[in-house]
Amino acid sequence: MAETAASGSGMPQLDVSTFSNQIFWLIVTLVVLYYVMSRVALPRIAAVLADRRGTITSDIAAAEEYKLKAQQAEEAYNKALAEARAEAGRIVDAAKAEMQAELDVQIAKADAEIAAKAAESERRIREIRDSAMEMVSDVSKDVTTDILDVFGAKADKRSVTAAVNARLKGDA
Amino acid sequence: MAGENGGLEIRPMDQFEVKALFGGDVSWYTPTNVTLWMALTVVAASALMIYGARGRALVPSRAQSAAEMTYGFIYNMVKDVAGHDAVRFFPHVFTLFMFVLFANLLGLIPFAFTTTSHIAVTAVLAFTVFLSVTALGFILNGTKFLGLFWVSSAPLALRPVLALIELISYFARPISHSIRLAGAMMAGHAVAKVFAGFAGALGAAFFVPVLAVTALYALELLVAVIQAYVFTILTCVYLKDALHPSH
Repeated sequence: MAETAASGSGMPQLDVSTFSNQIFWLIVTLVVLYYVMSRVALPRIAAVLADRRGTITSDIAAAEEYKLKAQQAEEAYNKALAEARAEAGRIVDAAKAEMQAELDVQIAKADAEIAAKAAESERRIREIRDSAMEMVSDVSKDVTTDILDVFGAKADKRSVTAAVNARLKGDA
Repeated sequence: MAGENGGLEIRPMDQFEVKALFGGDVSWYTPTNVTLWMALTVVAASALMIYGARGRALVPSRAQSAAEMTYGFIYNMVKDVAGHDAVRFFPHVFTLFMFVLFANLLGLIPFAFTTTSHIAVTAVLAFTVFLSVTALGFILNGTKFLGLFWVSSAPLALRPVLALIELISYFARPISHSIRLAGAMMAGHAVAKVFAGFAGALGAAFFVPVLAVTALYALELLVAVIQAYVFTILTCVYLKDALHPSH
């Protein structure tokens, strides 16, 4: 390096006479820059970065907590929903059973009424038939007596009745 | 370097001259353009790291974000390359990075003076790193630091040879460390100046060198940042060797 320095003023970099000046000002600059950076700039930025990291960490923790709460709320909601469904099912069953019982009672009552009415009707039908039969036998007796009268045959009441009755019984 | 047609002269090295700001000779304490541009470097670095980050907002502004990313970038570099116990040297490494980065970037302003293009500056930086790291290696590890040169995984017969090579490469570190930065900065600026000079000489075809300078400028911007990065990461590598000398 020494020989090239001697050889030329072509390169100002090799002009040894300016070296002391450059080195002096470089050292001053580096010392100033070091103090500015290490005492002011870097601690501030480090503090900001630490602050941000702390905020992010606590925010994530808070978000985690909220998520947990949301999950719990969902679980509670689902539980309440299931309970409500079960309750509703129970109420429906109870209502059904009640209605069924009511219905059974009504049906039994209705059946009894129907049976009573049917018995009544049957009884009346029988009465009507009996009276009809009586009338038929009366008319038959009268007609028979009249016919016998017309033919001039004397018929006593007793034998006509017996004959008509026998005849009606045979037909019926 | 003199042009053929009359008064044209391209002097690509003039931009590197150290001049006294207020005239007179340059002695060691004279305020020079070196002083000015180094002061501007401190101002620019402080502007980004202090003024840019002044809001201290939880959600950063763009300038604050840039300051934080620079911080994180160098912090992670120190941690990943040199290890967790190197973090206490983070302010030193960060100062180095900010100085080199902003000196390189400010040097790209037209008519600016690039302090890092001077071998005197980069050599002081590199030897500061070299001497501090070597001293640190001996203070922390004692004579075990010499294990750095004694490759215990190699066959015994080869070890003295390897030790010699390791020793030479170790002492070559500050030289390559400093010349790499100064050379890259000087070459780029000199080439830009030469192309700019062509623009005047070519007349109607001036746009060719103008386009070339534009492209070169983009490249130089990349080089400025990459050289700052390289300088810093090499510092971290050397720091790692001092903290953990075993191979």
